[in-house]
Amino acid sequence: MSLLALFISSIFVNNILLARFLGCCPFLGVSSQLETAKGMGVAVIFVTTFAAIMTWLAYTFILVPLGLEYLYTLAFILIIAALVQFVEIVLKKVMPGLYKSLGIFLPLITTNCAVLGVAVINMNEKYSLVASIVNAIGSSAGFLVAIVLMAGIREKIEMNAEMPRCVRGLPIALVTAGLMSIAFMGFNGLIK
Amino acid sequence: MNGILYPALVMGGLGVVFGSLLAFASKKFFVAVDPRQSEIRAILPGANCGGCGFPGCDGFAEACVAGTAKPTACAAGGPDVAAKIAEILGVTAESSEPMTAFVRCQGSKDKMVKDCVYMGFDDCRSASVVPGRGPGGCAYGCMGFGTCVKVCSFGAIRIINGLAVVDSEKCVGCGACAAECPRGVITLIPKKSKIQVACANPLKGPLVKSVCSAGCIGCTLCVKACPKEAIEMKGSLAVIDPAKCVNCGLCAAKCPVKAIRDARPPRPAPKPQPAADTAAEAAK
Repeated sequence: MSLLALFISSIFVNNILLARFLGCCPFLGVSSQLETAKGMGVAVIFVTTFAAIMTWLAYTFILVPLGLEYLYTLAFILIIAALVQFVEIVLKKVMPGLYKSLGIFLPLITTNCAVLGVAVINMNEKYSLVASIVNAIGSSAGFLVAIVLMAGIREKIEMNAEMPRCVRGLPIALVTAGLMSIAFMGFNGLIK
Repeated sequence: MNGILYPALVMGGLGVVFGSLLAFASKKFFVAVDPRQSEIRAILPGANCGGCGFPGCDGFAEACVAGTAKPTACAAGGPDVAAKIAEILGVTAESSEPMTAFVRCQGSKDKMVKDCVYMGFDDCRSASVVPGRGPGGCAYGCMGFGTCVKVCSFGAIRIINGLAVVDSEKCVGCGACAAECPRGVITLIPKKSKIQVACANPLKGPLVKSVCSAGCIGCTLCVKACPKEAIEMKGSLAVIDPAKCVNCGLCAAKCPVKAIRDARPPRPAPKPQPAADTAAEAAK
């Protein structure tokens, strides 16, 4: 599969949220306002890409030579958590502006299953380093697309006063997520 | 044996490497934070509710130290927290003037002309972006879809006859409704201010008259009646300065369209006025 096809398919066809159902907690939790959804999405792109590089290196150069592949979950979680902490500390010093806009989301992402999921997919599919990076950027861009769409829809939905009280908030958000997921299935077959 | 040793060494080694990396990073990239900031942060409720207008309690603590936020801005913490913050900052917590929301409009259904039919969401924010800007003829008045009611956490606003009415007993003056009202009809006024112009339409008299029977027509009779010079004309709209107003009510008595709302405790004399009606309803 060419890199471009991988990129497109990871955004739309295998959308991390709406086709693989990873990272649903921020998808529902941080999607009530467009601005915060954008911040979350950008932060996820940032972290996922770094995490994909680090986990690929650790897997290929530490775990595989020692025959310890089965430790990948433990190792990946450790690497991602340490990486996010490290990035947070460095950003605070070096780029305070970026830290302000991403800062509150970074600790949330530490345990985001989408980040771990991308690392595991890269490993299972035996992607090269470049393909892993492309897949990470694509998947997290797919996350950004999905969460921003969701936030836009939810902002509009909240204005509808005729909606019954019992479905307001999370219930209607879950229904919306399901419909969006069905809509994204329309991308199936876009890439062979 | 190796089956246990290697994994333990690898994971332990990774842990040590990352741990020392983080320790090194926190020293190397240490950002000096004003100690007062962390002290204030420790006092705050920590709910990150955003009620102060800053991003979370951290943002508020930072703004306090920077001097851009008042210690009293934390509504969740109340006066206790404000006093402690003031102590840390070395300032005295000025007790803020109690405010209340005020709807600068009396254009209820029977007073304001309807010039079109709006069939969108029942929400002012939604109606205000539609061409024609909502059903009311007045482009400055209350639309009555109750966005302010939705955002009020204290149940202090109701829509009565197509007009938002503030219950000044329940209103705490948080300003959430004023911030959300797309037309800026709602403003915050000091709680002691009882006489206010209940109209926000700055257009000239005939234009106001054509859309609403309770709008300020800019006749300036109130300006002349005021003994304290507390009223000035902004365009064709009278505006009362609460700092100068002594709540005498002379202007409200003079106003030919009864656009000045008199919210003083009801007295027997001016009973059949629409202004007094609104006040009485709000007091219920």
